[in-house]
Parts: sequence; structure tokens; C-alpha cells
Amino acid sequence: MKLKKNIAISESGFVFNPEIGTSFTTNSLGVAILKQLKTKTSTEEITSSIIKSYDVDSITCEKDLEDFIRILEQFNLIED
Amino acid sequence: MSKLKYESPIIKQINAGITSKFGELSTHKPTTHIANVPVKSLIEKYGSPLFVINEQTIRNTYQEAYHAFSTRYPNVQFAWSYKTNYINAVCKVFHSEGAWAEVVSGFEYKKALDNGVPGDKIIFNGPDKSDEDLKLAVENGSPIHIDHFDELYSLITITDQLDKRAKVAIRVNMDTGIKPLWDRFGFNYENGQSWEAIKKIIFSKNLDLIGLHTHIGTFILDPNAYYIAATKLADLAINIKNKFKHDIQYIDMGGGFASKNTLKGSYLSGTDLAPSFSDYADNITHALLNAGFSSEDLPLLILETGRALIDDAGSLLGTVLANKRLSDGRRSMIMDFGVNILFTSFWYNHLISPAQECSLYTEETVMYGPLCMNIDVIRESISLPPLNKGDHVVVHRIGAYNMTQWMQFITLRPKVVMIDTDGKTHVIRESENNEYISKLEITPKYLEHIDL
Repeated sequence: MKLKKNIAISESGFVFNPEIGTSFTTNSLGVAILKQLKTKTSTEEITSSIIKSYDVDSITCEKDLEDFIRILEQFNLIED
Repeated sequence: MSKLKYESPIIKQINAGITSKFGELSTHKPTTHIANVPVKSLIEKYGSPLFVINEQTIRNTYQEAYHAFSTRYPNVQFAWSYKTNYINAVCKVFHSEGAWAEVVSGFEYKKALDNGVPGDKIIFNGPDKSDEDLKLAVENGSPIHIDHFDELYSLITITDQLDKRAKVAIRVNMDTGIKPLWDRFGFNYENGQSWEAIKKIIFSKNLDLIGLHTHIGTFILDPNAYYIAATKLADLAINIKNKFKHDIQYIDMGGGFASKNTLKGSYLSGTDLAPSFSDYADNITHALLNAGFSSEDLPLLILETGRALIDDAGSLLGTVLANKRLSDGRRSMIMDFGVNILFTSFWYNHLISPAQECSLYTEETVMYGPLCMNIDVIRESISLPPLNKGDHVVVHRIGAYNMTQWMQFITLRPKVVMIDTDGKTHVIRESENNEYISKLEITPKYLEHIDL
């Protein structure tokens, strides 16, 4: 799973897809996840890095991440 | 090394379009305290969901309303509308501020008596007064506001039987330029029905016509409607004086003042739309002062506003049970309170705030209640930051009608707590339990034992 090429992400959470001209806003954890997805990464790897840095249990983290990835798919921002 | 504060990741598409000039500023200030008491501690102590009444807000709002009228008119009396919130502690706060009681059923009438309100300070309104209710009201010298001719004739018969006089007023309905016209209550002004009722009372043996009453509608956003209503009632009062040499002691303008809640379908928020007490007072007192009464004949002005006096003082605290993604991608949230205890969510887009610190990032969310019923929707769409299971929210301005129109349905009704003016909390209504609900049920003997 990887973020599509050319997707621009700013530190403040602005996301731009130049391919079709759509833009998005995301929060700080969203930025961190998108950055990790710039290289091919598994959900397990992302989950463990979030748990390492954030005050969250593994169930909440896994549930939220799966939900976030489904939305990224819906917005056509990631590819396998 | 301490870890960073976690907040669920969210992403939302930016839709470039014409900016809405009607949109509210979508900031999400959390409401962590009510009257300086932490929401978290309230829920820990009393459970969730929880209704909270802020006594200081009731008193401040009442005094603001009273001040708006009493600075414009010499003789003003408020009567607390029991149906709006008849929890005894709430009623007693209003009574302690000087408000009489305004009731619309035998049940409410007895509640007012039990609350220590003298009979002559209980205004008995409404279309449903049994003969027993009417007898009690006559015995106690309460002002009875007659709703229809059947009630008028019943009262004539009852006072004859008791050989007692009754103090009465009539409810008058009228065209004040707003829709809908509430002509189902009282006697119509324009077609002469109210004048017919007045004549019957004047010529009756035992009825004393002491007042005229109207209640033009609910959530009235045009204060000018009250000017028209007050003008018409004053016109009736002056005609009664001229024709029958009879003085009307009071004019009761009823209620219907809007609160600051936002009605569904409204472009502007309620805080921008709702007229102030001064706006209503200007219209009503201007009409009465210019109607042609001599200064010594100016009738007492009675007001029965309910919603505008109590809405702000009530909050509902609740907890997130779950987050869900709907089939079309929208976020939804299931709360532990539903439409059965938050009846006003059918009318309003309630302001709902997170009860803990949160980020500025928000997502459109459908907020559902916990009932296994499709109609249980608190907000069809509300912009909220991500909230996790177990997080708390505060629903604002729910003081009116919820604690009277709530239903025991699927779940049990929760506690109601009042925060007094010293910041102390008091349970003013206990939560229900299965025993309480089953108490009224009677299972036939042959169904007592079942074998499965």
C-alpha cells in the first residue's frame, strides 16, 4: 500500500492531488500517516510506529487506521 | 519520553464553491465545565447521559426578562409554564423569583399546589379540565382561563351547584399576521366568538370576568405579532369597560417567545435570529400603554413565557458509544442519548460541543442515538472533531420541553442534576430502574409462570 505519486503534502495538513486537481485537509496524525505511505508500508508497520509515538491503545489505533485508509481509497489517494 | 496526545486521523476534501454568507463560524470550543463544575466529574458521579440544570442561569434569565418588562410597564407578573419543565426544583426556583404557576391539566394543577403555590396564583389554562379539576380550581379561587363554550357551560353549572363564584378569563385566538393561526384554542376575536363568550360570562350569575388571555403561537420570531395581539386584547378590555362598566384586571399575553436554539431549516443561527426580551417587551407594552386605558385602569400584564426562560439553563451530557463509517463514506457517531430523551432534536439543530480538549480539524458527522430505531437521529449533519468511544459531549439549550416530553422507550430516563448558585450539585430527579417501570404493570395470574 502506497500513496499515489505526485500527491503533495504540507506540514500544516494541506494535501493536493495534481492529477485531478482535488485538495484536502488532514490533521497532524493524518500528515504523519501520509508521509509513511510515501514509501510502500504495511498497516502493521504504521500501527506500531503510531503506538510508539502517541498515547493510544492498539485496538483504537488499528480501528482508526483502517477507517482512515478506507477514506484514502475512496478519495483515490493510494494504490496497492 | 512522554507520548504525544492522540487524536484519530481524519482527512476531508476541500470543496471550492461560493462561500455561504449564512454559515456559522465552525469553531469547536469544548465545553469542559458547566457553572464551574467539570463535565467529567459530573458524569463520573451521576452517570451518562445526564441532564444538568444551572440554577444561576435560570435566575439570570428570569431577572433579565422581568427587567425588560417592568422597566416599560408599571404592573407585571410572570407565571411559570409548568408544561415547559415541571421538575419541582425548577418550578420552585421560578416561584422563589416571584413567578406564579401556569398549568394546563389537573396533574399540573396539583403539582403547583404541592409546590406551595397559593390557589389564587395558579392560572388554569388549556382545553382539558375535568369537572373535578374545575371544582378544585373554584374552591381554591384560581383564575380559570376558559377555552371553549362546553367548558363555559360546565363552569356555570358547577358554580351553581357549589353556590360559589369563580374567577375566570377567556382565551382569545386571533389573526396576528403570522402562520399558523392557533385557532384551536380559545374563542376567535375576528368572528365575534370571543365577544359572545364575554357577554355570557358578564350576564352569568357566578362568574367574575377578571382577565383576557391569548397565546398566539410558539417560537414567534416576529415581535410585532405581539403588538397586534396586545392591541386586540386591549380593544376587547376597553369595549367591556364601555359597554358593561366592568374593569378587566389583567391581560395575559401567554408565551411563545423564541429561545436561542436554531430551528431546522433555518439559514441563520438562533443566536442571530431570536428577538430579545426587550424586543417583545417593547411591542407588548407599547400596545397596552397606547390602547386608551386611563393610568389607574391599566391592567396587570401577565406573561407565561416558558421556553425562553429555561432553555439556556439546561444541558444534556452524553458519551460516545461508537464511531461508524456509513456506506457513502460519511462518519457517524452513536451516542448514549436518543430522541426519546431529547425530544427537541426533532425541531432544532442543537448546538453540541465536545467536553474535552480537541483539535480544530473537523468532519461532517451523523449523530445517532442508541435506540434500535431508524428515527433516532440527533443531528443529520454536524461538524465535529474526531471523538473516541467514551468521549463526552454537551448538548446545549435543552431546558425546555425535554424533561416533560421525554419517553421511557427502550432505555431508561437518566438523572437530572441541578447546580445551585454556590456550585453545589443536587440530584433533582432520580434515574429510572426496571423496578420503577414494572411497578405499574399487572401480569394476569395464568401468565405468571412460563416454561421454555
